[in-house]
Amino acid sequence: MSSATLTSRLPWWLSPLTVAVVLGGFGIYSLWVAFSNSSYLVEPYLSPYYSPLLVFNWWPFSPAILILWIPLGFRATCYYYRKAYYRAFFWDPAACAIPERRGDKYRGETKFPFVMQNLHRFFWYLALIIWAILAYDALKAFDFNGQFGIRLGSLIFLLNAALLGLYSFSCHSFRHLIGGRLDCYSCSFSARTRHKAWEGVSLINRHHMLWAWLSLFSVALTDLYVRLLSWGVLTDMRFF
Amino acid sequence: MAETSKLTLRVWRGDPSGGKLVDYQVPREPGMVVLDALHYIQANAAPDLAVRWNCKAAKCGSCSAEVNGRPRLTCKTRLNEFEGQDSITVQPMKAFPIIKDLVTNVSWNYEVAKKIPPLQTAETGSEPWIMHQVDIERVQEFRKCIECFLCQDVCHVLREHHKKNEFAGPRFMVKIASLEMHPKDTGDRLKFIKEEAGIGYCNITKCCTEVCPEDIKITDNSIIPLKERIADRYYDPARWLFRKITGK
Amino acid sequence: MEKYYSHEYDVIVIGAGGAGLRAAIEASAMGAKTALICKSLLGKAHTVMAEGGVAAAFGNVDPQDNWKIHYVDTFKAGKFLNNWRMVELYTKEATERVLELERWGALFDRTPEGKILQRPFGGHSYRRLCHVGDRTGLELIRTLQEHGIHQGFDVFMEMTITRLLKDGKRISGAFGYAREDGRFNLFRAKSVVLATGGLGKLYKITSNSWECTGDGFALAYEAGAELQDMEFVQFHPTGMVWPPGVRGLLVTEAVRGEGGLLKNSLGERFMKNYDPEKMELASRDIVSKAIYQETQAGRGTPHGGVWLDITHVDGAKIKKKLPSMWEQFHKLADLDITKEPMEIGPTTHYMMGGVRVDPETQSTNIAGLYAAGEVGCGLHGATRLGGNSLSDLLVFGKRAGESAGKFALSQKAAPRVNEKEIEDEAKMMLAPFEREGGENPFVIQSALQELMQSKVGIWRSAAPMKEAIDELSKLKEKTAKMGVSGTRLYNPGWHLTRDLPHMLDIAETIARSAYERQESRGAHTRDDFAKPIDETWGKVNQVIRQENGKVVLRKEPVPEMPAELKALFQKEVKKNG
Repeated sequence: MSSATLTSRLPWWLSPLTVAVVLGGFGIYSLWVAFSNSSYLVEPYLSPYYSPLLVFNWWPFSPAILILWIPLGFRATCYYYRKAYYRAFFWDPAACAIPERRGDKYRGETKFPFVMQNLHRFFWYLALIIWAILAYDALKAFDFNGQFGIRLGSLIFLLNAALLGLYSFSCHSFRHLIGGRLDCYSCSFSARTRHKAWEGVSLINRHHMLWAWLSLFSVALTDLYVRLLSWGVLTDMRFF
Repeated sequence: MAETSKLTLRVWRGDPSGGKLVDYQVPREPGMVVLDALHYIQANAAPDLAVRWNCKAAKCGSCSAEVNGRPRLTCKTRLNEFEGQDSITVQPMKAFPIIKDLVTNVSWNYEVAKKIPPLQTAETGSEPWIMHQVDIERVQEFRKCIECFLCQDVCHVLREHHKKNEFAGPRFMVKIASLEMHPKDTGDRLKFIKEEAGIGYCNITKCCTEVCPEDIKITDNSIIPLKERIADRYYDPARWLFRKITGK
Repeated sequence: MEKYYSHEYDVIVIGAGGAGLRAAIEASAMGAKTALICKSLLGKAHTVMAEGGVAAAFGNVDPQDNWKIHYVDTFKAGKFLNNWRMVELYTKEATERVLELERWGALFDRTPEGKILQRPFGGHSYRRLCHVGDRTGLELIRTLQEHGIHQGFDVFMEMTITRLLKDGKRISGAFGYAREDGRFNLFRAKSVVLATGGLGKLYKITSNSWECTGDGFALAYEAGAELQDMEFVQFHPTGMVWPPGVRGLLVTEAVRGEGGLLKNSLGERFMKNYDPEKMELASRDIVSKAIYQETQAGRGTPHGGVWLDITHVDGAKIKKKLPSMWEQFHKLADLDITKEPMEIGPTTHYMMGGVRVDPETQSTNIAGLYAAGEVGCGLHGATRLGGNSLSDLLVFGKRAGESAGKFALSQKAAPRVNEKEIEDEAKMMLAPFEREGGENPFVIQSALQELMQSKVGIWRSAAPMKEAIDELSKLKEKTAKMGVSGTRLYNPGWHLTRDLPHMLDIAETIARSAYERQESRGAHTRDDFAKPIDETWGKVNQVIRQENGKVVLRKEPVPEMPAELKALFQKEVKKNG
């Protein structure tokens, strides 16, 4: 039996249920992390939930809240996650060719709040800044009091930054901005260059869903790693 | 032996006033597809069984129906996909009004097609055009469409929410994208895409891409790029503010 | 009789494939009120199945190419039975028609310089076929459809025309039924363009879709028009032979164009014994006959075909240039053509013969009746070159639309419709409902297909053809006893009861014309007359028509080519010598 046949025989609710459970679990973990306001820094590792670390006198709450709206907004308006949560949480539709209840009241993304999905690119701009900072954090994760070293944490931070990079640069909005918006690629030197870039982005864009999930897990796991070090449950394994 | 075994085809029979599933016994033959089974029924048991079909080679997109609840081309759906099952169900497309049995009235699609502003070009005269492969590759994917309307059938906006007046459906997003991205086209369809074709109704849940027999990446390559072009013009906060102030 | 819907037009075009759409566009452009009538949904006609390309001598890839060479190639394939004027017009106008398509939105594959890319094909001296991968027909029909729907003509989908109506010697309209509700429709018209395509469904193994029941040939023939060259039925060398459900399904010649090799069960490239110069790219009749002979000699594959092997070509290139072939074998035969050879055999593909028309205007011997595309005749002679049919549709579709429009606009009074004719037709259509439990039309259809396949097929001789003619008349008697069940709502069994008398009439014209031509030429191959006879048969077309219910067959000399065109062949001889 081919894998396609096998998939078609699984019950239709399995996929939205899985998404609901995993995405829901991630949400709960993230809320807990964001409000914990502790155990997020074990030099040189800073939890990605708290980077950049913005501590101000006027802000009595967890500093994570000051920045988390950016990745949250980026992921919430992401073309892949939209599909995932419309299916898993709104059942609109829960799966293909499955009856729905909402009838004629459906407005899609034409009315508030979902019309805001069109602002995805602006979240992308902001998320790119955050990504640059996390990439810097990943470099710092190889710096142990001025000494270059490689520990398990260093590798985890590097992997996280890489996966977040793949997720951010495979974004559909970016694919449009870099070259998708052009109609003629052979018309100028810059158009030819942008076509090359567009082809590259298209290549990783095909797996946008994969990067979305992997980078989601890697963020949570990176935080968990820092947290476990901070609690003394783990010690950082040293390779070099 | 599997080659002589029988299969029960449960076929929806009826007309606009109603209908029911009727069971037919069909012999399994090597390489047989659902459309072969329907033809067998036509020739041997029910000559008035209505099925729309033409090429039987997945090139014309006429024989769309729902096999075990899934929108498929019956000429491309092999019976050996259902090995181990005693019966399979064949029903008409749900998103369109019934004419009879498996034949539905798809004329709405042809009405939509007429409303789309056609190709507009600046160049006149009979000089051959110079166009490069890189410029037409994207559009060539869209032009693979065989108009089977399976994407229209599976799209929940049309199928479940009945937005045929508001939303043109995936097939025509592909069509509009093929015009918008045509290297020689000078037309501007953005307002049309937003207001007439109702692109905002699509919530990119990708069922259209899943059922496309031509493997056109409907959502990623046509709908999302069009949504981004709409965002360029209509959802840029600076432009939006400018329009609010100037009233343009 | 019961009420019927009535419509009035200047021009009606029957058939909405490439030729019909092109004709409707042209008639509309002339200001004639035009209707396009098709048996299927718009855009589903058999033109979508054309794969390899559209032949037009641009010389984009081989700059030596021009219309004159295309002219010579077309004649050589047609074994000099072609109408010289049609071939001349065709080869000169094909390029302009293709460019016009491009301006309407067609996107052909490109050369590195950005021109239309052209591929080699059997019988063409140079790389000449403009194409889009292997889905050129789809591109052509979709372009015409998308351009056409904005030109102001009306489209009647799923409407079957069953009879042409005449006012004396002049056409006055057409009558038929809507498939959806079974209601009758009358179309009054000053001119009628037939663009109904082919008749592959007369045969058991065919690449043609259900629609290709030869309607147009029959409508014209029964209205008193003349048919010509009906013995020339093209068998495409490469159809699928396995599994049974897809037997006959076309495997595009582009597979050989892209380097595919034909091998017998011994692994030999057997074409070296039949056409050592052109090998796999020899013209279709030669390759078909070669395959037939190989299988007859016991060198065939397990399911009675030969191997078509393209595994030596890079897999990625195959998927790029032949995507739908890859898909077709992958989905329908569980076979990866980049890794395994295909099993193929001849399949009924195309009708060279058809309604006899004027080469310039496409008009028939009935005033106001025109024919274009496969249902027309004259361009291809005894065999058609691959790629020549798509440009045929465009060139002569346009010409037919133009002449039909011109004729309609020149007529002041609308012709009268004969009520008696309509009543007769309606009565004939409804009769099977009164014979429930009568002969099953599907059984008669498969008997007909079996008969034509075995007795008037790729390899012919006198005795079986004589039998076929007798058996056809027996089948005709049976059609008078056909019965159907159910209602008039979308009832395929009922529809078939009306198709069958048409099919049998046309089958008879093929069998009689083939029986009469005592030689082998192009697609017409006789066991008992294995050689072409140029002095006699090489100089005549056969014309067949009905007169007072009797079949009349006559020989008509092939029109003499003017000296300046003849000279093209002498140059050819010099070049080769």
